[in-house]
Amino acid sequence: MQTPVLDIEQLSVSLPAGADRSHALQDISLQLHAGQTLCVVGESGSGKSVLATTVMGLLVKELRVTQGSVRLQGESLLAVSPARYRALRGQAMGMVFQEPMTALNPVMCCGEQIDEVLQTHTNSTRVERRARVLAIMQAVRLPDPERIWQSYPHQLSGGQRQRIVIAMAMVMKPALLICDEPTTALDVTTQQEILQLIKTLQQDAGSAVLFITHDMGVVADIADQVLVMHQGHAVEMGQRDDVLLRPQAAYTQALLAAVPSMTPPPARALPDTPPLLRAIGLGKRYEHHWALQDAALRVLAGETVGIVGESGSGKSTLARCVLRLIDPTAGEIHWGEDNIATWPETRLRPLRHRVQVVFQDPNRSLNPRLRIGQALVEGARNFGQTAAQAERLARGLLTQMRLPDSAWDRYPSQFSGGQRQRIALARALACQPEVLVADEAVSALDVSVQAQILDLLCEVQARMGLGLLFITHDLRVAAQLCDQVIVMHQGRIVEHGLTSQVYAQPQQAYTRQLLASAPAWQRI
Amino acid sequence: MSPLHQGLWQHGSVRFGGVVLLAMLLVSLLAPWLGTVDPAAMDANQVNTALGSAGAFTLPDGRVVMHTFWLGTDSFGRDVYSRVLFGGRISLWVGIATAVLALGLGGLCGMLAGYFRQLDMLLMRFMDGLMAIPAVLLAIALVAALGANVATVVIAIAIPEVPRVTRLVRSLVLTLREEPYVEAARALATPTPVILWRHILPNAMAPLLVQGTFVAASAVLTEAILSFLGLGLPPDVPTWGNIMAEGRVQFSQQPGHVLFPAMFLVPTVLAINLLGDGLRDVLDPKFAKRVG
Repeated sequence: MQTPVLDIEQLSVSLPAGADRSHALQDISLQLHAGQTLCVVGESGSGKSVLATTVMGLLVKELRVTQGSVRLQGESLLAVSPARYRALRGQAMGMVFQEPMTALNPVMCCGEQIDEVLQTHTNSTRVERRARVLAIMQAVRLPDPERIWQSYPHQLSGGQRQRIVIAMAMVMKPALLICDEPTTALDVTTQQEILQLIKTLQQDAGSAVLFITHDMGVVADIADQVLVMHQGHAVEMGQRDDVLLRPQAAYTQALLAAVPSMTPPPARALPDTPPLLRAIGLGKRYEHHWALQDAALRVLAGETVGIVGESGSGKSTLARCVLRLIDPTAGEIHWGEDNIATWPETRLRPLRHRVQVVFQDPNRSLNPRLRIGQALVEGARNFGQTAAQAERLARGLLTQMRLPDSAWDRYPSQFSGGQRQRIALARALACQPEVLVADEAVSALDVSVQAQILDLLCEVQARMGLGLLFITHDLRVAAQLCDQVIVMHQGRIVEHGLTSQVYAQPQQAYTRQLLASAPAWQRI
Repeated sequence: MSPLHQGLWQHGSVRFGGVVLLAMLLVSLLAPWLGTVDPAAMDANQVNTALGSAGAFTLPDGRVVMHTFWLGTDSFGRDVYSRVLFGGRISLWVGIATAVLALGLGGLCGMLAGYFRQLDMLLMRFMDGLMAIPAVLLAIALVAALGANVATVVIAIAIPEVPRVTRLVRSLVLTLREEPYVEAARALATPTPVILWRHILPNAMAPLLVQGTFVAASAVLTEAILSFLGLGLPPDVPTWGNIMAEGRVQFSQQPGHVLFPAMFLVPTVLAINLLGDGLRDVLDPKFAKRVG
């Protein structure tokens, strides 16, 4: 039997003293053969990125390999000199990272960046190198390679930038390609194309691929084998179909169960009440371009309206407009009976408790210098409650959000992402709103945490009769949560209807494309 | 000790700067109890005495005390040791007051310019104009116009620093105002002044504090320069700059009259700058060590 491209045996990496556990990785063993793809899945903090950086030899110096071996084509990587490692990176292993913008040099044009790899690792002449760069640009399906050569990273789209990074990784036809969440920052349709591309290039070069991801859908699309990691341990390893369809470990089962299904539940019957929030012909123009055009929506009490679309589709602009955090250029916004689209801030302020918001990034949605208690009473105090009333209300909400009472005097940095999102939710609910706008409120969270927050949202909605405007790029979450769904593309509403109908019989070509691109492990 | 305090104390330049600055502060505040006499008192019988010599010294009220002139006396018969120690009070006070004033004014202008986009153009063009005038020249003009006392010197040194602080705060506010927690506060109907005070200012505090130390260090120097040029405080007020100015004419015979105040001035400015560098390292997350 031939030697595996990557052979890891009993690898352990220790964390510095004072971390939440002693080892970032413990006893990890795996073998990866040429032409094979191994997906490493796990939630944040599971050690999957540490595994990738260990193989690349890019471990931060606080982390240390305590035992085990890593062999690339039979050569032990833990013993090689820094110079040899540099030669191996690029030649024998290529790397693709999550965020293509930061992986590329912003002041160097793209062609030269790929050319630099060849300059470092080959003795080819200028002309030969140019031919090879143009060939690899063709291979990664970049349109008009001559023009792209001259372009700077900021002039390309996210998907094109990631293609440049992949071209840099693959130009030397490395034996091993390491991808660390390469599609996480991309839209679903682009993600689909990039995954296809990685597959094709792998077949052409015969490389082995080590693919790090948190997304079970991506695993289903690309993996031959799967390694499930949790807290630095290998929980389960096996062939893709075995792991996804017949998971043995309880953790894998829980992880798969937390991924929402693409099939929406049957539509709920909602009482016919006047809408709490209504927008008609809403538009927002920046300089010379319309970020949002002719948008209309309606949210009833107890109803969840989803807005789905890719980045730049105008869904966040729509949310900020209906919240009046930005002023719309055209159209009407009704909060209850009042058309508040053009009201000045002073007149609007007393009504602001009606519509509240929870944002995406748990790290930035709370003021880092404000204690949780102070943050929670702020809204209620602004709407005229006494300090004692506001505190009673806020402490009640803290309990409802399943946070300990001791959280009151602590700072946001002392909480995990999921806890912070619950605090942000409590802060919004403390104003006793009629409508809650959730702008990608669960997108930055791990699936299991995401499921908890979504349950909590539904529970709160049922109890308070809240209208929910739920903005997301995740079609699976939207399928499970929303009664109505609005599909947006390039600042316009493409399709609008009952979730079950839109998912079952999409009317528009764009909606069909969007739904088809969503990776779903249930399909295999 | 909280992690932040620990981080500050473990940082070499914060510790060194803090200790030196504290020593300077103590020495100048406790000057009356450190064997000094009235720094303005002149005795015609004790002109240009040698270092460490002792003798009778006549105070302005006519009393005569036995005194050791550790650093000698100057050409007017004033005790250099007393003048240097008391001079520290003025220098440090000018440094601290200037920093507070420049941060206050600049912070306010910067917050207004950064948060209210309509004001931005107006305020920043005014600041650009102010920055076009050399700082020391502007200070000299202001002292000449307002008359020389400690308050006007502080104002004169602070005004040229205001545009720099304004620019810094404006750029911080421009980023902070887009933070989701600021947007959330707006959705919670928090009045704008409260947003600025509770949500924006505390998060801009760390870089502001660092800038403050650099302002203080440069203020101590500028005050010494103004005094040395005879354009700052009146020559009878003991400041390090004044002492050096007085000693300049007989530098070859009595080099100590220039060197002794300099030996206090240099470590003070160095200590403040080191403290600022250290604070920046500890407080700025960009310089913080990353743990994977």
